[in-house]
Amino acid sequence: MKKIFALVMTAAMAFGLLAGCGSSSSSSSTTSDTASEAATSTTETTADSSNIKVGIIYVGDENEGYTEAHMLGIQEMIKALGLSEDQVIEKTNIPEDESCYDAAVDLAEQGCNIIFANSFGHESYMIEAAKEYPDVQFCHATGYQAASSGLSNMHNYFSSVYEARYVSGVVAGLKLNEMIADGTITADEAKMGYVGAYPYAEVVSGYTSFYLGAKSVCPTVTMEVQYTNSWADIAAESEVATSLIADGCKLISQHSDTTGAPTACEAAGVPCVGYNVDMTSVAPDSALTSATINWAPYYTYAVQCVIEGKTIDTDWCKGYADDAVGISTLNDAVCAEGTADKVAEVEQSIIDGSFHVFDTSTFTIGGKSIEDLIAEGGDYAQYADYVSDGYFHESELISAPAFDLRIDGITELTT
Amino acid sequence: MAEETTQTAGGPFFRVVKRSGISTPRAWLIRLAAVCCGLIVCALIIVAITKQNPLSVYAGIIDGAVGTNRRLWVTIRESLVLLIIAVGLTPAFKMRFWNIGAEGQVLMGGMAAAALMIYLGNTMPNWLLLMLILLASMAAGMIWGLMPAVFKACYGTNETLFTLMLNYVAIQIVNFCIVFWENPSGSNTVGIINSSTSKGWLPELFGLTYGWNVVIVMAVTLLMYIYMKHSKQGYEISVVGESQNTAKYVGINIKKVIIRTMMISGAICGLAGAIIVSGGSHTISTSTGGGRGFTAIIVAWMSKFNPLVMLLVSAFLVFMQKGAIQIASQYGLNENASDIITGILLFFLIGSEFFINYKLELRGTKRGTK
Repeated sequence: MKKIFALVMTAAMAFGLLAGCGSSSSSSSTTSDTASEAATSTTETTADSSNIKVGIIYVGDENEGYTEAHMLGIQEMIKALGLSEDQVIEKTNIPEDESCYDAAVDLAEQGCNIIFANSFGHESYMIEAAKEYPDVQFCHATGYQAASSGLSNMHNYFSSVYEARYVSGVVAGLKLNEMIADGTITADEAKMGYVGAYPYAEVVSGYTSFYLGAKSVCPTVTMEVQYTNSWADIAAESEVATSLIADGCKLISQHSDTTGAPTACEAAGVPCVGYNVDMTSVAPDSALTSATINWAPYYTYAVQCVIEGKTIDTDWCKGYADDAVGISTLNDAVCAEGTADKVAEVEQSIIDGSFHVFDTSTFTIGGKSIEDLIAEGGDYAQYADYVSDGYFHESELISAPAFDLRIDGITELTT
Repeated sequence: MAEETTQTAGGPFFRVVKRSGISTPRAWLIRLAAVCCGLIVCALIIVAITKQNPLSVYAGIIDGAVGTNRRLWVTIRESLVLLIIAVGLTPAFKMRFWNIGAEGQVLMGGMAAAALMIYLGNTMPNWLLLMLILLASMAAGMIWGLMPAVFKACYGTNETLFTLMLNYVAIQIVNFCIVFWENPSGSNTVGIINSSTSKGWLPELFGLTYGWNVVIVMAVTLLMYIYMKHSKQGYEISVVGESQNTAKYVGINIKKVIIRTMMISGAICGLAGAIIVSGGSHTISTSTGGGRGFTAIIVAWMSKFNPLVMLLVSAFLVFMQKGAIQIASQYGLNENASDIITGILLFFLIGSEFFINYKLELRGTKRGTK
C-alpha cells in the first residue's frame, strides 16, 4: 500500500512539475515582448544616457592582462559618457561555452541595450543571443562572423594591434643590435622566441608583425614560435619560454595573457616583450615594453552610438591613428640606446600612413613574394582581395586579423 | 573507539556517542538546522566581504536563481542534469561499486551526441536523428561503465581508480575530437552545432524549450525508482551491495549483477550527456561535464538514494550556485564567490550526517539513553 502511494506521489510530482512549467512559459513570452518594446522606444526617442544599460561578458577577470585591458576601457567609457556604475553590468570568468549564451540572454533580460563579449570563442553564442533579441546590440571582440551572420544588431570589433606589435618588434630588434654590437651574440645567433596561444590568424598576424618590426632594424634575425594552446596558462607559458631560451632564443615575446613568459625570462636573464600590460612589475631587469590595446575608444564609440540611436559599424578596427593601440612605457634600464627616437619615428610613419606593416617587399614565402604566389593561383589565390598597392590590407575587409601566411625566417615548433 | 579516548581523565568536555537510531523527522530537523547554520556562516562571510545587508544579498540569490523566467528555466535545466546523473549513479552505489567515473561517462555520451549532430545533421529527419542520438549516447556511456565493471568482476581490479582514470581518458578523447570539429578553426572550441538548422536539438514540447528534458529525466527517475524498489534485479543489487557472501549463498551471479548494473549506470550517465548537448548547450567541450559527475555523487549520497530527495537536493545546489553567480556580479565579487558559498553549504550538509549518526554528550552527564 505504502509503495503504491509512493509511486503515485512520484508520478504526481513529475506531472505537477510539467504542468507548472507549462503555465509559466506563456507569461515569459509576453514579458520579453514588452521588454523589447521598451528597448526600442528608448533608442528611438531620446539621446539621454540615463536609461542606457551596458552589459559586458569577460572571459577572465582583473587578474588576467587581456580582460584587465578591457575593464580599463569600460571604466574610461563610463567616465567619458558620464554613466553611473549601476548602468554597467560586468560578468567575469565566462567560459567559451553555453555559459556565454546564458550570460548574454540574462544581460538582455536585465534590460541591457548593448552587450559586449571579449573572447574569440564567445562569438557563436553571441550570434545565437543576437537572433533572439533583435533590439539589443551585440558586440564581439576578435570575431569575424558579424557581417556574414546577416544580423543588423551583431557587430565585431578589434584593434590594429599588429601596428603596436610592429613597433614593439622594432624595440626588440634594437636590443638585439645592441647585443650584437656588445659581442654578447653574433649576428647569426640573433634568434627570437615567441610564446603563441593558438595557431590561427590573430596570433600569426601578431607574431609576423613583431618579427617584421625586429627585422626592419636587425636584418639577420630569425624567430621560433611555440604554442601553448591556451589563452591564459601561466605554467605552460613559463615552460614554453624556458624551452625556447634553452633552444638558443635570445629574446622572447608572447601572444598569451599571463606573466608566465616574462617571469621565466627574468629568471633566465633574457630580454622580453610583453602583451596587454606593462610587464616591468614581474620582470624589472628584462622587460623592454609591451604591445597594448586601448579599448576605450571603441567602448565609448559603441555606447555613444546606442545613446544617439546611430548604427554601430559592423566591423570596427582602429590603430595608432585613433589611439586604440600603443606600447607601454619603454623600460630604459633594459632598452637599447636611441630606442625612444626610433620608436617615435616608426609610430609617426604608421600614423601618417606613409608606412604599412605588411609591406609585401619586406617578406617572402618559400623565397617568393606574395604577389607572385597569388598570380600562380592555387591556395594563395584567396589572398588576392587583401593584397594591393604593395601591402597586405590587414583588418580592412573585416575587423579580425586575416594575415595567416607563414613567412620565411619564422619557424613554428609543433611539439 | 571514541568512547575509550574520551573516558580518560582530563579529556574534552564532551564525548561522542553513536546513536542507536534516530527518527526521520528528527534527522530532517538536524539537516534543516545545518542548512540554517550554513546560511548564517555564508551571510557572515558575505557581510565581511561586501559590507551589504545579508538579507538583500539573499534576495539577490533568489533573484539570480529564479528571478526571471529564463533564470528559472536555466536553474531547472541544470537541476535536471544533476538529477539524472545522480539517478544514474544510484544503482552502482547501492551495489557498493564506487563509480566516480560519471564525469567521463557523461562526456562520452555528450561526445556521441555531438558527433551525430555534426556528421548526420542533414541526412535524416530530426526525430530519427534524436532517437539515434539518445541511443548512441547511452551506448557510449554504457561502454565507459562496462569497462571497469568487467575488470572488477573478472579480475577484481579497484573500480575507484579505474573509473576515476577513465574520466581523464574521456577528457582527452574529447580534446582530440575538438581538433576535428572546432569551429571557427583555431578557436579550440566547437561553437554551437547546427546553429542555423537546429538539427539534433531537442525540440520544444508544449511550448517549453526544455520540455523534453523534463519528460526524459522524470521518466528515467521514475523508472529507476521502480527498478530499484520493485524489481528482482534491483533487489539483487542491494543484496550484492550489503554482502557479497550472502549474495553468493543465495545463488546470485555476482559478476553478472556487477556488469549489468554498471551498464545501466553508465548508460544513464551517457544519456545525461545527450541531454546536456542536445537539450541545452548544443556544443561539446571538456567542460561539458562541468564537474557535475562528481557533484552528483554528493547528491546521491545525501539523498540516501531517494529520488524525491535527490530532486530537492540537486535543485537546492543549483539554486545556490546560480544565485551566487548573480550576487557575484551584483556586488562585484569574483565568480569564485559562488564556489565558496556552495562549499560552505556542502560542508554543513555533509557535517550534519555526523550529528545524525552520533551525538555529543557533555562530560559528567550520565550516559542515559544508551
